[in-house]
Amino acid sequence: MKAYLTRRYWFSASHRLHNDSMSEEENRTVYGKCNNPHGHGHNYALEVTVAGKVDPSTGMVCNLADLDAFIHERIVERFGHENLNMLSEFNNVVPTTENLCIEIYNVIAREFQHAPVEKIRMEETTCNSFEYAGGRELRA
Amino acid sequence: MVYLTRKAEFSASHYYHNPEFDIEENKRIFGKCNNPHGHGHNYTLEVTVRGQVDQRSGFVVDLKELKEVMNREVIDAVDHRFLNKEVNEFRDRIPTTENLAITIWNWLQPKLQVAELHRIRLYETQDLFVDYYGEP
Repeated sequence: MKAYLTRRYWFSASHRLHNDSMSEEENRTVYGKCNNPHGHGHNYALEVTVAGKVDPSTGMVCNLADLDAFIHERIVERFGHENLNMLSEFNNVVPTTENLCIEIYNVIAREFQHAPVEKIRMEETTCNSFEYAGGRELRA
Repeated sequence: MVYLTRKAEFSASHYYHNPEFDIEENKRIFGKCNNPHGHGHNYTLEVTVRGQVDQRSGFVVDLKELKEVMNREVIDAVDHRFLNKEVNEFRDRIPTTENLAITIWNWLQPKLQVAELHRIRLYETQDLFVDYYGEP
């Protein structure tokens, strides 16, 4: 039977929303306060959903210890307490939470071996959240 | 189509163990959850049903009835129980959150005359939950 397992993680990081191909004025217009050259930070909540058949011998979609270890090593250690604009992932990509969702989804889809990722949900603040399912429609 | 979700809370204990694995393998796979004396959680259950809004009542489902079915079929069976020892479904099945969500679906689905069951969401902690949609 297919079930969906969701685990919630946290990390904090700073970013500045700025696109070099726009003028200074256009950047200020499009990104507003988020264009502040010195950046600003968020406590990001990250929800990772993996999906699959429940293994009858363990009762699990995937072992939580494997998922936790992977997310800590590849996501929380990579992005936590960093300035996202300084990371190679965002050399040519504006580090909006949309793009961060897509990047995190792609890392998990590419490298996590124990279960397929279904979707990523991120809260940038308690008022803003973003979801990405690899381009698929969200499960209702 | 409108979706309606009713929440309920219960507390229960469990441990993870597969008698087909040896002691070492049980410890390796299940870690702390393998402690045979059990450990507990405050679970939050969200039951989502869906249907057309009844023109006379304005309801998808009579919440009072949904609450009664949830209490009778689920909460009475698991609240303040040791799942491995006191719930028949888990005598030969590991009471993971995945299996508990599936079991709750199987309990509720035949009893819900009033609306179509859409999703069981079961939180084991605030940071861990399982969704089951009745998929094979």
